[in-house]
Amino acid sequence: MTEHIATAAGLDADAADWPRALAGTGPQREEALAQLHELLLRIARAEVARRGPRLRLTGPELDDLAYQAAADALVAITSKLGQFRGESRFTTWAYKFVIFEVSAKIGRHFWRHPSVRLDAEGWERLPDQFGFDPAQEAEWRDLLAALRRAVDEELTARQRRVFVAIVLNNVPLDALVIELASNRNAIYKTLFDARRKLRAALAANGYICDDGWRRS
Amino acid sequence: MNGWSALDRFLRTDPRDVGCAQAMEMLHVYAELAAAGAPVEERYPGVAAHLRACGPCAEDFEGLLAAVRGEKH
Repeated sequence: MTEHIATAAGLDADAADWPRALAGTGPQREEALAQLHELLLRIARAEVARRGPRLRLTGPELDDLAYQAAADALVAITSKLGQFRGESRFTTWAYKFVIFEVSAKIGRHFWRHPSVRLDAEGWERLPDQFGFDPAQEAEWRDLLAALRRAVDEELTARQRRVFVAIVLNNVPLDALVIELASNRNAIYKTLFDARRKLRAALAANGYICDDGWRRS
Repeated sequence: MNGWSALDRFLRTDPRDVGCAQAMEMLHVYAELAAAGAPVEERYPGVAAHLRACGPCAEDFEGLLAAVRGEKH
């Protein structure tokens, strides 16, 4: 497809031709838009197929999601053409948008068939979430009780909410972004700060020493 | 991975971690260099640290890397 652009514009493919054709007018722009959409749709389909086995989505839903992702990515790309600085191939920059759209739409899809309630706190699932062996409960019982205390006492309400959703309830981060009307960076930062606080609290209470865990 | 190492990995934060916004901003450059076999972890240690810790960004990176590699074939 890139070759079509190069032929139409008579210039080097990709870095200069795509932005020029997409920013232009008339039939050349229409052709460029159609070609880019075709490329984006191919990448979106490949991406949903790659992630598909881990999602609760069926064939038609996956294809619909790919179509929506390609269409929305095309809108995002054309509105941000001025941000392309030629640091990569144009197509690589463009593919990034469609990959992000796939992620966002998968996150949104989670809440169509939610398997958890955000206000539920499944503390009994905590050992399992980290893979602690029930047969060795005597070793980790105190540690996880201390972790729970640290969650209650050290975290802000926002940090606690994010911890409970992601760690206890297995809510995907991109789905929580939708629910809290936030963005990925903000939720990640909230959890990052929570992780740092929890580690510090466990260290202060003697559960972590320089060479690792201090077991019961 | 047992519970102890999984919890340790979760609680351990890397101060070089640039966060999602900066990693997403650089992802096309990072993926293209990675596809070309360049030492991206040395060149962009903050992005590399982030991708090790952030599942969603790592997933996006894997998808973009697959797309870039597909282009080369």
